Amino acid sequence: MRKQSTTILTLPDFSKTPSIDQVGVEERVARFQTRSIKKESKVQGLKLALNMIDLTTLEGKDTEGKVKQLCYKAAHLHDVMQGIPTVAAVCVYPTFVKLAKRCLEGTNIKVASVATAFPSGQSTRKVKISDTHFAVDNGADEVDMVISRGEFLEGNYSYVFDEIAAVKQACGTARLKVILETGELSTLDNVRRASEIAIYAGADFIKTSTGKISPAATQPVTLVMLETIRDYYYKTGKMVGMKPAGGISTAKIALQYLVMLRETLGDKWLSNEWYRFGASSLANDILMQLQKEQDGVYQSGDYFSKD
Amino acid sequence: MATTAEKKKQNSLGLGDSKWAYAASPESTSHINIKPQYELFIDGKFVKPSSGKYFDTINPATEEKLSSIADADEKDVDKAVKAARKTYTNVWSKMPAKERGKYIYRIARLLQERAREFSVIETLDGGKPIRESRDIDIPLAANHFFYYAGWADKLEYAFPNRKPQSLGVAGQIIPWNFPLLMAAWKIAPALATGNTVVLKPAETTSLTALKLAELIADSGLPDGVVNIVTGAGRTGAAIVNHHDIDKIAFTGSTDVGKLIQKAIAGTKKKATLELGGKAANIIFEDAPIDQAVEGIINGIFFNQGHVCCAGSRLFVQEGVADIVIRKLKDRLETLIVGDPLDKNTDIGAINSKAQLATINKYIEIGKKEGADFYQSSCNIPKKGYFCKPTLFLNASQSHRVVQEEIFGPVLTIQTFRTVEEVIEKANNIPYGLSAGVWTDKGSKIFNMTSKLRAGVIWANTYNKFDPTSPFGGYKESGFGREGGLHGLMGYLKF
Repeated sequence: MRKQSTTILTLPDFSKTPSIDQVGVEERVARFQTRSIKKESKVQGLKLALNMIDLTTLEGKDTEGKVKQLCYKAAHLHDVMQGIPTVAAVCVYPTFVKLAKRCLEGTNIKVASVATAFPSGQSTRKVKISDTHFAVDNGADEVDMVISRGEFLEGNYSYVFDEIAAVKQACGTARLKVILETGELSTLDNVRRASEIAIYAGADFIKTSTGKISPAATQPVTLVMLETIRDYYYKTGKMVGMKPAGGISTAKIALQYLVMLRETLGDKWLSNEWYRFGASSLANDILMQLQKEQDGVYQSGDYFSKD
Repeated sequence: MATTAEKKKQNSLGLGDSKWAYAASPESTSHINIKPQYELFIDGKFVKPSSGKYFDTINPATEEKLSSIADADEKDVDKAVKAARKTYTNVWSKMPAKERGKYIYRIARLLQERAREFSVIETLDGGKPIRESRDIDIPLAANHFFYYAGWADKLEYAFPNRKPQSLGVAGQIIPWNFPLLMAAWKIAPALATGNTVVLKPAETTSLTALKLAELIADSGLPDGVVNIVTGAGRTGAAIVNHHDIDKIAFTGSTDVGKLIQKAIAGTKKKATLELGGKAANIIFEDAPIDQAVEGIINGIFFNQGHVCCAGSRLFVQEGVADIVIRKLKDRLETLIVGDPLDKNTDIGAINSKAQLATINKYIEIGKKEGADFYQSSCNIPKKGYFCKPTLFLNASQSHRVVQEEIFGPVLTIQTFRTVEEVIEKANNIPYGLSAGVWTDKGSKIFNMTSKLRAGVIWANTYNKFDPTSPFGGYKESGFGREGGLHGLMGYLKF
């Protein structure tokens, strides 16, 4: 069943959008990186990060077998250790949603599906909407859409806005994550503007990247997006989620992202309801670190299952 | 319906207490070596003070004694000046310039090698966060030696056809806010230009200067080129009044600067004075707001606000005042105040009990004057000298907290409407050391830099230091420049 939204959405007033100084953003990011996260705060942070992962497989060569394995891993990250949380969601192509949903039955793990002609977004709105419907009808709890970067860079903001709003409507109750593909937006000012468009068009989450373009998630980009979310919250009191995706492969970097989150948006956002990591290899690195915190020594990568 | 105030409260982020608290992460002190007692460094040797008197240096974060420091009197200063004169005449002024340069390079390299120990001692003795002494003070001090070492044999190219010559013996008196860095600012250009020095560190922060003396002894620098005498105002006065000193370089308060100028009037002594400040940090409507908020934080809370060029007067253009103040208050909550040795500490201990009393006095004055007082909700340690980051909103130009240098983590906030208004207010102060301008428009920056009466103006950043960049003030902030090519001139005659 799809709920129809009745509020009227409008493009934000960009004349009130602050400019972004890249040098300043990079300095701020460097400060987050100097935070020293040790002992119990490290364990707590790592478990939090683990619980925020959208375990992802988005390959042309994905098979049912691969998706099944991924779903099992999502719920059983490292059974030899006690007190390890599950990931937040698995993220797959629409054709695997039904299977993933079945595999994850009885768990709290959500199924996210990319949609709207992922990853390029080069298709008609009709196709994108029907892509979204297909994912949602198969049971996707969350939809990760891509924006039309070409239209955005041409300055066709209303097109991008309308498209996001239309996909949001097609999502019904599924939560919508809007991928800006910041690696193609070239400036932080553009990242800010695209974030505002997505948020005002009804995004539940804004997300950096598809993972198919380099650079994927970076800390400066993530900071600018978090600050956009903060400004929207100041103005409206409404929370929007954040998902950096791609390139976050180590526990150390994940902790830096969490430090940035904690010191920019605070505790309200410190859960997988409002923050996700789009990643595939991050989980095992975190598990290795957690095992090390418990045993005092690092173990070989062979002790951690790779699915 | 909710009022605006209620709405604001609802939308508050509550950044203060987090369910994810950072565990303590103190820098180790096991690798450092602090002697129980330090002597004076004169003519390459550590010698006892003639009076036999010593004073305590304490850790301002714990109020515990770190070491005893020799108290130099007139006799000791005279000994130091004589040693400096003898070495100047017999050794240092005759040495080929490139050899001088080699010694300075060696000091720079040794300082880099021992950076960790220097950082920890700087933090223990002065109260500044380890993050700052590790990432800013010590590396920057080493960079000053590297930079000026390079100039030693190129002075004729720095000042073509002007025949630059050294002055002789320089008396140098430095403050407690950047102890080692200020020593480097003073010693490096003096040595590169062929002078010998007698340096007095501030009495609350003598340790890194004395560790530098040990390092200099290890470096093989000829005896008597650098002499370090410790003590308080009396020792400083003995340097200023000594007849055989050719130049006084002083960094410190404007009051003492005036005394020095009176004392040396009518003598041959040259002087450079780097004194107080009360900088305007100006945020225009078209500024990059989030980065400007960082600039405000960095401008006033860097080194607990013990910075002569601190951006202690904030001017925000009306249209963005609400959002800037809101963001500033939220950012204040994320500042970690406490143990300076903890790697996560943003604001450490106030340098001394006396300075804390001065800051608290001004906080009381500000409250009485009627500016809106605001402090971060953070907890501060019970022991040691600490001050919460403090704002005075809606301050007036005539308030003493706006006019006078507080030298602590206290920021006054005023709003403005037009460019003319903010320039007038920014310049309406006896000081003129530094200023900050935040705008996305290049033309506005150039307009401001030509009209603001300040020695250093930062655009879209704040508190940036580099050995290649000259630093110094207008008006009661002093005269002469330190750093860069200009920094050589104070130690040369032509």
